[in-house]
This record gives sequence, structure tokens and C-alpha cells, in this order.
Amino acid sequence: MAECKYTVGDKTIVPPGTKMIPIYIMGKRYEVPEGLTILKALEYAGYRVIRGCGCRAGICGACATVYRLKDDYRLRFGLACQTTVKPGMYLTQIPFVPANKAVYDINQLTADVFTIERLYPETFRCLACNTCTKACPMDIPVMDYIQALIQGDIKTAAEISHSCIMCGMCTLRCPAEIQHFHVAMLARRLYGKYIQPKARHLEKRVEQIKAGKFDWMMDELMGLSTEELKKRYKEREWEPEPYDPHWKPKETKYLIIEE
Amino acid sequence: MSGYPESLQESLAKVEETRPQRLEEARKQRYFLKLSPDEYDAILQKYHPDYQPEGRKPLQVGPNKGEFLQTELVAILQGAPWIDPGKFCGRLKTPDMSTDILVIGGGGAGSAAALLASEQGCEVILATKLRHGDANTVMAEGGIQAADLPYDSPYYHFLDTIGGGHFTNDKNLVRALVMDAPIVIKWLEDLGVMFDKEPDGTMKELKGGGLCRRRMHSSADMTGSEIMRVLRDEVRNHPDKIKVLEFCPAVELLLDEEGQIGGAILYNMDNQEFLVVQAKAVILATGGYGRLHLHGFATTNHYGATGDGLVLGYRVGVRLQNLKYAQFHPTGAAFPEQCAGMLITEKVRTLGAEPINRDGERFCHPLEPRDVEAALIIRECLEREKGVITPTGRLGIWLDSPMIDMIWGEGTVAKALAGKYLQFKRYGIDIAKEPMLVFPTLHYQNGGLAINEWGETTVPGLFAAGEVTGGVHGDNRLMGNSLLDVNVFGRRAGIKAAEFAKQREKVKALSLRHLEKYLKNLEESGVKPEQKTPIILPDYRNPEVKVKGALD
Ligand SMILES: Cc1cc2nc3c(=O)[nH]c(=O)nc-3n(C[C@H](O)[C@H](O)[C@H](O)COP(=O)(O)OP(=O)(O)OC[C@H]3O[C@@H](n4cnc5c(N)ncnc54)[C@H](O)[C@@H]3O)c2cc1C
Ligand code: SF4
Ligand code: SF4
Ligand code: FES
Repeated sequence: MAECKYTVGDKTIVPPGTKMIPIYIMGKRYEVPEGLTILKALEYAGYRVIRGCGCRAGICGACATVYRLKDDYRLRFGLACQTTVKPGMYLTQIPFVPANKAVYDINQLTADVFTIERLYPETFRCLACNTCTKACPMDIPVMDYIQALIQGDIKTAAEISHSCIMCGMCTLRCPAEIQHFHVAMLARRLYGKYIQPKARHLEKRVEQIKAGKFDWMMDELMGLSTEELKKRYKEREWEPEPYDPHWKPKETKYLIIEE
Repeated sequence: MSGYPESLQESLAKVEETRPQRLEEARKQRYFLKLSPDEYDAILQKYHPDYQPEGRKPLQVGPNKGEFLQTELVAILQGAPWIDPGKFCGRLKTPDMSTDILVIGGGGAGSAAALLASEQGCEVILATKLRHGDANTVMAEGGIQAADLPYDSPYYHFLDTIGGGHFTNDKNLVRALVMDAPIVIKWLEDLGVMFDKEPDGTMKELKGGGLCRRRMHSSADMTGSEIMRVLRDEVRNHPDKIKVLEFCPAVELLLDEEGQIGGAILYNMDNQEFLVVQAKAVILATGGYGRLHLHGFATTNHYGATGDGLVLGYRVGVRLQNLKYAQFHPTGAAFPEQCAGMLITEKVRTLGAEPINRDGERFCHPLEPRDVEAALIIRECLEREKGVITPTGRLGIWLDSPMIDMIWGEGTVAKALAGKYLQFKRYGIDIAKEPMLVFPTLHYQNGGLAINEWGETTVPGLFAAGEVTGGVHGDNRLMGNSLLDVNVFGRRAGIKAAEFAKQREKVKALSLRHLEKYLKNLEESGVKPEQKTPIILPDYRNPEVKVKGALD
């Protein structure tokens, strides 16, 4: 296996004969290979990106890019690390979106419309124009979660906005100057903390741990030789997969099952 | 319409052909047989990229002198510093900022540490390289482990963790990890993290490679993103206590004249100035090193994962542990080219998708420990030559994601793997209907700076937590144990650093003598640094343009 033919790091492989296409980065024309993402095209053109790149995988929201296609008036939005370049694309990255996060004590809130009103009053200015939805690179129905919040439906807002990566494109475009990604963040935390039912088994387990009920197991493990640990590892009982609700473990010595 | 080019259709058809039969077996929980743990070693020795003698060289200085590590790693550890200690020392007398605790790194570990330290009443500065939260933490998809179901216990979590790590883990760290786990999940639940739950509040938990029980908590396939944004939001709820400096990576640690920690030198990437921060305690939480591209592998890691913390810690004399083997995740995307290296979460396999070769055959159990699974995929491609070759010449095997909807019901992929579903859709592939092409990718650092169960290093006042540390996971980390690690040890380091800072009266004169010594060691060993380190960001510019940039 000495020859590592699969090892090519982050460099995009550009097969010979790949077509070169023109793109315009902040108005300047560059020729780049077809098929690159905008981010890799920027690098191909010689840019060393500092602001405007985080995860390189479509999840951090650092690389929001605004562009127009040739002969098309529409303003488009995409993630530079996820969007493939097209011939004649006019583009710029948006390195930062000014927005004010409300400061709050999560333990002192109620999960209702009044909290939304108090912390993000501008939310209620929504004109239902749907511009935010069109700007979202994650295909989130942004207007719908804003409308849900206006109605005090925090659950729906939390669920719809779950895949928000907080890139801020909606917020830049909104004529009502709403700060969507912050208010959605608040909604999700309210939902997770106050609306979703608590995991009772978790609370129980924390109590058991704090009461020292597992300490003897840990002490036992700490005292074992590597040989003995290997044996226990090999012989440990497996829960079947996929999930079988009727399964009952045979070995119960190391379990604490309490009602 | 297929999202794959003509050249892959023949193989794709074979996968479809064998699917009904395989599905039937999967429904009866019959998969390709799991290897016995006795067989792991032979497979790893032969096919794992890090078990080969090539691509390694000995470290010539520092506490791990003589150890053979990957050449890319040795190059940064033996790199040239950003500053010249002789010239810079004048600035140490007048620090630009002073604080109780300096947290370096704004991922999960850094944020958890900042929160807990500020809770103890300390002033905190959190300095990070990119934006707060641009980190590996935000990228974690699959989940976070904690033994909180009745048929599970920290005992089994301990065994799984230490077995997965090939019994090279530090047992004290494993104990802290598994015993704090439920406490961490409860903390996150109380902060408002949206976990996947049953209507009665019971956590929906899945298994993962090497786990004997269901223990994986998730928030759709954006678990890390959800945890990261909640932690960041919470940090921002304490602006009076925690000051966040973005685009300000640390380039060197400072000691005081007695050898205790003194602070760090930061580099403001926006205006290129160096900032001297004096601190009573420092917590290193700089994450991993995927962007070093060990052995040339593609990586799943974020842009700033360049192993900076290892360099900073090593230069002040902290020993490195369990860095021999990096974790190559068995399933990184191999197609389309735009996604190369990108993680395909283990959850895809947990939900029932199997790895399938070019001829539509099974060749390994879907949930072997990660290193074993990666080695088996490499064997299938390179030795047995049963891999698929993409139009750009990459190798891959199929990961049969359509099985998931067939097992769990239509719409499961779109819901449980929402992020990946959307990503592939952008490139015209519907992963609920067509499989993905995957190949191992550089994923996790496994080892790093040696710490004890409170995150303390051997330098008084210097703490470390998260992916930058070593010992928790031994030589191989299990899925879901590092989101846990960053919270467990981030919190612990935060608490202990606060304690340390509170009992420390003042920081004596700041010093860079350790760096002078390190440079002298390099010189005496005849090492010629190849690059300026920490490297901060990888350089992906087109080499042709770089050559033309005469001033660079
Ligand atoms: C794609 C992917 C998927 C994953 N999935 C899972 C999963 O499902 N379950 C799981 O448990 N684990 C998973 N992991 C692993 C886990 O996410 C990470 O190991 C963990 O989050 C690391 O957290 P951290 O805080 O230590 O580092 P990070 O989250 O990487 O944070 C480090 C921070 O420090 C900053 N930094 C770096 N250098 C400097 C410097 N010199 N100065 C200042 N700041 C600096 C970085 O920019 C970053 O913000 C995954 C990892 C990746 C990449
Ligand atoms: S909702 Fe707004 S901030 Fe969130 S991903 Fe969509 S455009 Fe970005
Ligand atoms: S852009 Fe603003 S005003 Fe228009 S629908 Fe969205 S939130 Fe409402
Ligand atoms: S770099 Fe993170 S979303 Fe593109």
C-alpha cells in the first residue's frame, strides 16, 4: 500500500481538459476551472480567505455569498463552500452581519410570546414579504418561523429553524429589520428548556451518580489489569441492533434499574 | 434522474440489484460478520495509514524527543516561532490586556470552560482564531454519548471507551468522562439544547461503532451545531464577565519568571498587530489538526484545525500523549468532487446503511471500530481492487443510504439526516434514493497534550481541554465521545482554572525564556525549521498565483 494514490489533501482534482470559465470576484474577472465551489474558486484565483470561511462544509455560516448570474436580474444567495461556480457569475462574500443579540438569563424567562416581544420587539414588524425565505441558503421557510413566533408558537419556530446556520442573509435582506437568527436562537432555547418534556431517566441517573451509586464499579474497573479489562471488553453483553424494545440484558450486576 | 455520471451507472445498478436481499438480512439484524477483537491488529498493521513506517520521522527536541510522529506534525512542532524573543521581550513589561483567565479557542471546550470559569466569579478573555464557534464542534453531526438509560451504565461506557482506545487510555480520564457524562447532558438540557426525544421526554438514543448499548444523544444530524450555538449564545449572555476576541489566534504562550503560566501573545489577523495578554491561568482549547493533511489525506475538519495548541503547549514543555495514530473516519465523501473529504456521519451506518463494493457486495460489518472500518475500506479498494473510481480519479465504495428509508419508513433520511440530505441535493444527488460514495478521511486527533482529570498540565496554571489533549480516548476515539470530552473537560478545566486564578496573588514578570531555550535546542539538534508555526491557517491558494506573488 506504499503508493498512496488516494492522497490528495484538500486540493480539488482538476482532470486535464477541464473547461475554464470566467467569474467576476468583486467585479474582477478570473478564469477558473468549471465545477469548483465558490470558495475553492476564490483560492484558485489567489485569494487567501480569512474572514468568510469557517467549516468548509456548509454548517458554520461564515461564507455567505451574494451573486448574480449572467443576464439575470435576480440577486442570489449561497454558501461559498457549497455553491458551484457558473460562467459569468458576479459575486462577493459578506464577511460580517451586524446584529444585536439580546442578553438574558435563560432561567428567568417564560416560553411565550411576551418574551419574544420583550427581547426582540422588531419581530412583530414583519410585512410577510417572504424576502428572507428567498435569501436562505439552507432552504428554511424563514418567514414561516417569524410568523409562528408572532403567534407565540415557539415549538413550530424552533422546529423549522433547527437547521439555521446563523449566516445572517435573511437579516440583511429584511425590510422590517428583523434579526431572525437571534430570535430563532432564543426560540430554540426556550423550546429545549421549557417546552420539550425533560428526560426523567437522565435526571434519575444524575441523582444516582451524585449519590455515589456507581463508584464501586469505577473502583473495580480502575483496579483491573489490562488483561482482565480486555476479557471484560470482549465478553460484554451486546444490545441488538437495530433497536429491539423487548430486549432485556442478562448481566445486571453493573446496572442500576430503579423506578 | 441519477445524480451520478454514466461511468458509475454499471456499478450503481449492481448495488440496486443486491439491495432487496441485503435488506431482508438487515431486517433480521444479519450483517457481514463482525471481526473478533483478536483480528483487529493484523488488519490495522496492514491497511491503516498510520501503522505504516513511511511518512514518519523522529522528534528531535522536547519532552517527546525520539518519538516517531507523522512528518507533517513534526514539521509544526519543530517550526520557527512568529516572534523573536530577544526583540519582543521589551513589550512584555506592558501587557495590552490583563485578566484572570485566558481561554484560547472558541469551540465547545473553550466555551464550556469560559462559562464555568466565569460562574466561579472570574474575569475571562476568550480569544479565538476565526469567529466564535467556527470550530470542529459546530461540525459534529452524529451525537454525544452518556450512559443514562436504565439498561446502560457508566461501567459499560468505560469498557467501550477503553476497548475502543485499544486499552491505551488514561483510566483516570476515562472515569471522569463517563461519570460526568449524564451531568453534562443534563447541563445542556437545562441550557436549552434541543435533543431528539420521545413524546414523554425519553432521549432517543442510538448505538455507534464499538458501543455495546444505545447511548448516543442527538439533535437531528446537527448535534454539534446545536450544542455550539447554545454554548455561544450563553457566553454572549455574560458580556460583563467574558470578553470574546475573534480573529485573534494565540501564537505563543508566556510564562512568568518563576515558570508559572503568565498569559499569551495573540495576533490580530485584521490589523496584523500582536497583543500581549497577561493572565493568572490559561486554558488551551484549540482543537485538532485535520488541516495538516497527514499523509496527504483529505479532512473533515474546519479551516482553523491546524494543531496550534500542540505547538504552543510543546514549546512550554508539556508532554504529548497518544499522538501516534490519527483517526481516519471510514466514511468521507469521495463524490462529488466539491465535497471531497467531507464527513458522512457514522449515523448513516447506525441507521442501517451498509458499505458496499463495486460489485454490489457487502465486505465488512457496518459498525466496526472506526480505525478497523477505515482499514477494511482501504483494503477493499487497494488490495482487492473492488473500489469505485470517480471521474476525478478518487477511490470510493458505496454507502447504501436508500436502505434507511426502506427500514425505517419513507422520509427518515430527509429528517434524521437533514443536513447531508440538503448538501447532496445541492449537487443533484438524492441520498434517500441513491447511495453515496465514500473513502476514509482525516478526522480526529486522538491524542495531544497530557492532562490530569482536572485538565491540568505540568505547567502550573496552564490547563487544556478538548481535542487538543491526549489520553481520554487512547489511540482511537469512539463516536460521540469527543463532544462529550469537550464539555466534561472544558467544564472541569474552567472550574479548576478559576480556583487556581483565585489563589494566585499576581503574575510575576512575563518571560519568553522558554522560547529562547526551545530555539537553542532546535539549533543544537541541527533542526532547520521548515515553516513558521503555529501555522494558523492552511494555504490553499493556487501555487501558480503564489509564485507570481513576488512579495510573499
Ligand atoms: C465533521 C466532524 C464531525 C464530528 N462528529 C462528531 C460527533 O458526531 N460526535 C462527537 O462526539 N464528536 C464529533 N466530532 C469531533 C468533535 O466535534 C471535536 O473533536 C470537538 O468538538 C472538538 O472540540 P474542541 O473545542 O476541542 O475544538 P474545536 O471545536 O475545534 O475548537 C477549537 C477552536 O480553537 C480555535 N483555534 C485554533 N487554533 C487557535 C489559536 N492558535 N488561537 C486561538 N484559537 C485557536 C479554532 O479555530 C476553534 O474555534 C466531529 C468532528 C468533525 C470535524
Ligand atoms: S434562517 Fe437566516 S441566518 Fe438562518 S440559515 Fe437561513 S438565511 Fe441564514
Ligand atoms: S423579510 Fe422580514 S418582513 Fe419580509 S417576510 Fe421575512 S421577516 Fe417578514
Ligand atoms: S465555510 Fe462554513 S458554511 Fe461555508
